Amino acid sequence: MIARFLLLMLPGALLLTAQVPFDRILQADREPQNWLTYSGNVNGERYSQLTQITPANAKNLELKWVLQSRAPAESGSKYEATSLVVDGVLYTVQPPNVVVAVDAVSGRIFWTHPYSPVAAARACCGRVNRGLAILGNTLFMGTIDGNLVALDARDGHQIWIVPVGRPEAGYSVTVAPLIVKDKVIAGPAGGEYGISGFLAAYDPATGKELWRFNTIPRPGEPGNDTWAGQSWVHGGGSIWTTGSFDPALNTLYWGVGNASPDWNGTVREGDNLYTSSVIALDPDTGKLKWHFQFTPHDEFDFDSTQVPVLADANWQGRPRKLLMLANRNGYFYVLDRMTGEFLLGKPFVKVTWAAGLDAKGRPIRVGHSTPDGMVIYPENQGGTNWYNPAYSPRTGLFYIPSWMDTHSINTSRNDEYREGNMYGGGTATHEMPGIRAGPINRRLTDSGFGAIQAVDPNTGDVRWQFKMVDVTDSGVLATASDLVFAGSREGYFYALDARTGAMLWKAMTGGQISAGPVTYSVDGKQYVSVPAGNDLFTFGLRE
Amino acid sequence: MNRPACLILVFAAFGAQAQEGHGVTTADIQRGAQIFFTSCASCHGPNGDLIPGVNIASNRFRRAQTDSELTDLVRKGIPGTPMPPGNFTDDQAFALVAYVRSLTNAPRSASGGSLPGDSARGKAIVEGKGQCGACHRFGGKGSFSGPDLTSIGASRRPAELEAKLLDPSASIRENNRPVRAVAKDGTVITGTLLNYDNYSIQMVDSTGKLRGLQIDKLKEYELLKTSPMPSYKDKLSAQEIADVVGYLGTLRDQPR
Repeated sequence: MIARFLLLMLPGALLLTAQVPFDRILQADREPQNWLTYSGNVNGERYSQLTQITPANAKNLELKWVLQSRAPAESGSKYEATSLVVDGVLYTVQPPNVVVAVDAVSGRIFWTHPYSPVAAARACCGRVNRGLAILGNTLFMGTIDGNLVALDARDGHQIWIVPVGRPEAGYSVTVAPLIVKDKVIAGPAGGEYGISGFLAAYDPATGKELWRFNTIPRPGEPGNDTWAGQSWVHGGGSIWTTGSFDPALNTLYWGVGNASPDWNGTVREGDNLYTSSVIALDPDTGKLKWHFQFTPHDEFDFDSTQVPVLADANWQGRPRKLLMLANRNGYFYVLDRMTGEFLLGKPFVKVTWAAGLDAKGRPIRVGHSTPDGMVIYPENQGGTNWYNPAYSPRTGLFYIPSWMDTHSINTSRNDEYREGNMYGGGTATHEMPGIRAGPINRRLTDSGFGAIQAVDPNTGDVRWQFKMVDVTDSGVLATASDLVFAGSREGYFYALDARTGAMLWKAMTGGQISAGPVTYSVDGKQYVSVPAGNDLFTFGLRE
Repeated sequence: MNRPACLILVFAAFGAQAQEGHGVTTADIQRGAQIFFTSCASCHGPNGDLIPGVNIASNRFRRAQTDSELTDLVRKGIPGTPMPPGNFTDDQAFALVAYVRSLTNAPRSASGGSLPGDSARGKAIVEGKGQCGACHRFGGKGSFSGPDLTSIGASRRPAELEAKLLDPSASIRENNRPVRAVAKDGTVITGTLLNYDNYSIQMVDSTGKLRGLQIDKLKEYELLKTSPMPSYKDKLSAQEIADVVGYLGTLRDQPR
């Protein structure tokens, strides 16, 4: 009997192969039923080839299931994770760091992995997590107390945990890691605590750091001379959101956060590289290929935390390898991603801190943070922020979750650095709630409003705008059936016509939408899933 | 938990046994076992009888009768004795007491402990003629057909391990429940149950693949009450069983 039993079981044992090798992530467009990496593919488009849900039938979308958080929401926590979907299994992170594997059809749970951050964890901007990465059979998650964790995707047990940065000094990891070949790429947030930022590559098998690029260059490294004196030591340069990868150019692109202290630029004269920049790195070595700084010497908290979107497109009549980025500073940028050459920059919201951009894309600066305070458009949360944009190669439009016509009074002051304390160097006074909105809104739209905007990358012109009374922290998803999905602070989840912005369908989730939607299919049925409030909502077509 | 307390429970031959009537689930007892093996077994031994004159499994305690008193004891320790206070949450203390209470009904060693196991010989059997890795995982290697045994010694008493080897189907823990489903096209799907309801089943198959099954797409399914594991009663000698138990008891690493 034992021989027969073993015979039955051995084939199973031999099939213990890695379920998501990097080739699958690289060619994610070939399996649109899955969502294998933060942006759906490595180029950052957040564009799905699935077409079962169309502008014609979107009105038939209905709720299929809800995954409720198992614990009461913590103060300051917010559900910002983009889910991954692998062959019918959905993986998500409930705030702050609870990983859940869910049956993508029913919403029933396979396993959960609890994680309790240490009390020393500091998070300026919410106890949040933006999602997981997967490689082989391993999930990777950053934690709010500064660690990188590897879990077995099959049963959720922890394989390793390594420190990325000290939580006592304000280091936290909120970014969804990006897998590039045989490396896990991630870095710490914490600019508001005066960290010294970096992006690093980790060994998926052990967590060992393989290379590190200092987003705040050390003495002897190029760019250190853009910091006066010792101001680089607590210069910020956080990593908040996930980057992109071009396999043909073998280049990794990543947005870098603001300089510290946020509002007081007088203590850090200079351009303060590589803050508020996009950096292009060799993913094998971490060496810098080029950089482009959107906001030199930032004094407004204008992190470049946005996802760099890579597309090969006919730009102004010529095939180009583009990098598009809608920046927190209110400008939409198009760069040549081979060289970093500035091609186009145009405001997509009201901007007063700069009078425009020069021929090389450097802002013509007219606004500052001052001891008496100066009114600056957009407000310090920016024209957009970490919530992801989307790009449709079919429509050729770039979709931006936008905070329209907001302003703040930016006031600088001298703050002394003390480890673990906020190191803002001032403050921004604004009318919009910054992190977590309450359920009641009585603000007039004169002080700002939300919109999903479709921008033509050839001109920077806004083709259409879908307005919301309140601002939005929702990411955007585009599909090959010319749909755009996005949400609102009010709790609405929308399907829009990607070509016109017309609203085709909406559902009230009852909670603030602060994450990027994903779409996937199982057994030939397409679903759209988005976190709202503390829970995950998944929709599909009525049968 | 880094062995915060070595819980030397002091027992006596007198004192009424007091089982309070609140609900305890098998899951509570299993959680309590893990706490016991992490925090208590280093002093009390895996069977709870390592300290002369102190047998936890007897469920008779000199200084505690009710569950509340026992909970108090494991939290505060016993001043003047080697029994230190334990830093347990309410839930942990509850689970630990539930486990300790359960020991009176726990399986006893068939050999009565008369055959000390040799863990080196046991390791050779596990990796050799026992072919345990064909179904189980050790340190990240092996199959998902059966439970991960990487840290089995940190949650099972030797008597339980022995009982499992001799009669695997006598008791199947709920997190090791085998499931067998047949799709409408006749495809047979087997694995371990992770979750289920009236409409769907969540399971992990022998390759470690998580699978969600919609019941209306199945011809039939069954949650098995017998283990696919063969009995080793006639496959291994009593000494070899003791050796395997001895080896499994040493496995206390965290799963990798």
